[in-house]
Amino acid sequence: MKAVLRRLYAVWHARNLEFLRDRGAMLFQLLMPIAIVAGMGVVFGGAPRPLFKVGVLTADLATAKHPFLHARYFDFVREADEPTAVHGVARNRLDLAMDLTSSPIRYWVNADSPKGYIAERLLLQADPAARRSPVLGQSSRYVDWLFPGVLGMNMMFSCLFGVGYVVLRYRKSGFLKRLHATPVNAVEFLAAQVLSRLSLTLLVTLILYVGVGTIIHFSPVGSTALLALVAVLGALSMIAFGLIIAARFSSEELVGGMLNLLTWPMMFLSGVWFSLEGAPRWLQIAARTLPLTHVLDAARAVALDGAGVSAIAPDLAYLAGTTVIFLVLGAWSFRWSLR
Amino acid sequence: MSWRLNELPTSEAILQVRDLVKEYPGVRAVDGVSFSVRAGHCFGLLGPNGAGKTTAVEIMEGILAPTSGEVLYRGAPLGPRFRQEAGILFQKTALQDFLTVRQTLGLFRGLYEHGTDPDELLRVCALEKLARRDNRKLSGGQQQRLLLAVALVNDPAILFLDEPTTGLDPQARRNFWDLVQTVKARRKTIILTTHYMEEAELLCDEIAIMDGGRIIAQGAPRALLRQHFADVLLELPRQEFTAQARELPLKFIEAGERVEITTNDLDSTLRALMDRHVPLNNLRIRPPNLEDLFLELTGKELRP
Repeated sequence: MKAVLRRLYAVWHARNLEFLRDRGAMLFQLLMPIAIVAGMGVVFGGAPRPLFKVGVLTADLATAKHPFLHARYFDFVREADEPTAVHGVARNRLDLAMDLTSSPIRYWVNADSPKGYIAERLLLQADPAARRSPVLGQSSRYVDWLFPGVLGMNMMFSCLFGVGYVVLRYRKSGFLKRLHATPVNAVEFLAAQVLSRLSLTLLVTLILYVGVGTIIHFSPVGSTALLALVAVLGALSMIAFGLIIAARFSSEELVGGMLNLLTWPMMFLSGVWFSLEGAPRWLQIAARTLPLTHVLDAARAVALDGAGVSAIAPDLAYLAGTTVIFLVLGAWSFRWSLR
Repeated sequence: MSWRLNELPTSEAILQVRDLVKEYPGVRAVDGVSFSVRAGHCFGLLGPNGAGKTTAVEIMEGILAPTSGEVLYRGAPLGPRFRQEAGILFQKTALQDFLTVRQTLGLFRGLYEHGTDPDELLRVCALEKLARRDNRKLSGGQQQRLLLAVALVNDPAILFLDEPTTGLDPQARRNFWDLVQTVKARRKTIILTTHYMEEAELLCDEIAIMDGGRIIAQGAPRALLRQHFADVLLELPRQEFTAQARELPLKFIEAGERVEITTNDLDSTLRALMDRHVPLNNLRIRPPNLEDLFLELTGKELRP
């Protein structure tokens, strides 16, 4: 028994030493929870998180007076004009929109939305005189809004972890060193990794798109070819992002930590689950730097609003540009061997 | 077989190493090493673990950058041509997981412009029956044969073998030597590091003995032995080599539990030992080998 404990201690101690000497991994172990807590605090901070989001047409939300505005768990956002507000309802960005400038007040609600239904009941309880206006144009279902988000998130994990860990494993096993002794150079090796992961990711995404899309009757308003272009550029950008992480480091814990540090904010800030409408301005700007935000914005614009190439050109340019920058950084900092 | 023969005349140096130094913080792993390797020869770097062999070889392979000094291949610094023409077997080579033997050869064949047909390599390296086996499920000897096949896949002009038989059982080691001799018969230049003297004596035309990052002796194995040793070597158990015997004017060294006496006059040496009543029942007389040379040069045994 004593011998068992002694061996246990020896291994435990050695493992602790290893961990403590791996400064990068330790730093991440500490930073990660802080980052998550801080991120949650920013997104969900302050009072209990509102459950519903209501757009309000009014000159000044702060001075506006209406009994419904005192309802708890509602987030009221000022909308600039009627078309924006109505579009927000149609695309499930808002659960309900109301116009305080009219009397009796008018409101819009997406007939397909469960949250819209509840919000409407509560509004009518507060103000029985409110009049419902029709939402013109095709309203989309929440599931149609969510579907590109889930596909994009899946793609992100596949791209970042797929290349990140694989290259790291090659480096640790010494396989990269063996390749270094052949005529292969870093750019060729990285390009092969990018292409291999790109084809795999696109294949998986295609299977999900066709399979799940059929089940939920997903039919994009815009061009499917354009959606495919968004998927290709998005996957390239995120794979290249993963390669920067994999280019240099030799510690699984450090790389795992860094990949988590990248994927978690993307999952919450890129609008996979909910739109960042109403979040602080700086947070929305930060979200714009993440490749996944551009993938989802472009994909939703095409699928839900039928946007064309010119409408999503800035997103496509951002994805293409970041791909090049990430690849150059990755190739520049690439290391074949362990230090 | 369709292998290229080395086109250089054997008198010419295919690889030149000049004043190679490699420093790590606090250590000089390679401390001013120079030599040249003639085309078609097998050049052996010998030394104990930590002598700097692998560091020197990895600089020659272009894997490590030297702190100072240079390596010339066919008279020019290592470049794309060297990468195309060199075959390399590292001391520890990892292969990609999940690939079969055949797929591994296919992968490496794809990295080179010229090369040997993988099927032919499978035959030469006795891997035909293992072609569809996962890399990870090979025995030590099978794995080394595959790694040699990988090193030969580009039909190299120069082949680096870094401790290729370390960890193999004697049978597998002998099989591997047979293979290397097949390759050698094609007049390929081979650079071999080893701490097995037997391996060096069997395969190498020229050797350099390294210790502490420096070359302490260099030449053809037989010439080196002739140069450093008189004709015969006498081995006695240490406890039988009495204090009285130690006073004799003999050239001897102590190696573990043995005492080794070198002499060119066997007759008078034996007489002198008998006069001092040294028991000769356990005496062995044999010609000196490279192990003895190493011991003689460094006072250390080659294998710890």
